[in-house]
Amino acid sequence: MLRIMCFLLAVAASGLSVADVDAVYDFDSRSEEQRYQNLISELRCPKCQNQNIADSNSPISKDMRNAVYQMMLEGESNDEIVDSLVSRFGEFVKYKPDLDSRTFVLWATPAVAVLGGLLLVVGVVVRSRKAGTATPELSADEQARVDKMLAERNQNGNG
Amino acid sequence: MKRFLLFLPLLVAVVVGVFLFKGIGKDPTKLDSALVGKPVPAFTLKDLQSPENTLNESLFRGDITLLNVWGTWCPSCRDEHDDLMWLANEKKVAIIGLNYKDSRDDALVWLDKLGDPYSTVIYDPKGTLGFDLGVYGAPETFVIDASGVVRYRHVGVVNTRVWEQVLLPVIEEARENG
Repeated sequence: MLRIMCFLLAVAASGLSVADVDAVYDFDSRSEEQRYQNLISELRCPKCQNQNIADSNSPISKDMRNAVYQMMLEGESNDEIVDSLVSRFGEFVKYKPDLDSRTFVLWATPAVAVLGGLLLVVGVVVRSRKAGTATPELSADEQARVDKMLAERNQNGNG
Repeated sequence: MKRFLLFLPLLVAVVVGVFLFKGIGKDPTKLDSALVGKPVPAFTLKDLQSPENTLNESLFRGDITLLNVWGTWCPSCRDEHDDLMWLANEKKVAIIGLNYKDSRDDALVWLDKLGDPYSTVIYDPKGTLGFDLGVYGAPETFVIDASGVVRYRHVGVVNTRVWEQVLLPVIEEARENG
């Protein structure tokens, strides 16, 4: 019973928080609404640092969502909207930072890791191919020993 | 080549170690202001104490000032208030207040009870100037030079240590350059 109560309470509480985060904004079209959602999910809350402004319930995120909405109404492009927020809060608010000298390592690391892994796999494959195809040659001595052993085995097996 | 490969993990560990070590002690919640080097954004807002006066960005011309963002709803602002009083009275620092997302009545009571360290207080109930300044959590304190350009932004409480180690050097530099 207690468990059910807890569950119901959690469900009710989650409903409350969602209702609070979603301020009501009206859009002319479905695509505009989608554009708004994309924008606010790409912008990072400066206060609650690991949330985007779509998820965050902090006052500053509300202000930023409102600013995004107002700028959309004024017909500004996505770049203009993002740039205007960056000019106030800094590059930090972009979840996708521009490629420059400071962010180069950030952008390059995945490519370097994939390339490195690929090289490693290629290396391993090439090596094992080489090892597999080359049939080991026996020296004359060894060949003589093998012949002798086989001959002895045949004799024993038959005898 | 084989030898070199043996040292590769050590090399990687050292590089990652140096990178991570640089991050130790940095507070990721303190962000550099995007406004450093730019003039204070244009605004038209009322004076907190004398609502008939309209203030604008020309308020910051002529002298180096601190711009302190505060509100009665902000507990840390209460913490730093005594230090702001000390700065204003003992150090004769010109502090302009930005009363951020607050109610005029509450703010006036606060200044009446705790003292008023500000030469002027800008009343910004909707937080519009705060938003343009990139304020994301009061208290924040900006150093603004004599030509109205933002030189530095400190996020968090101002106390004697912050004053001596952080704000004063910035102000002295602004004085030399300005």
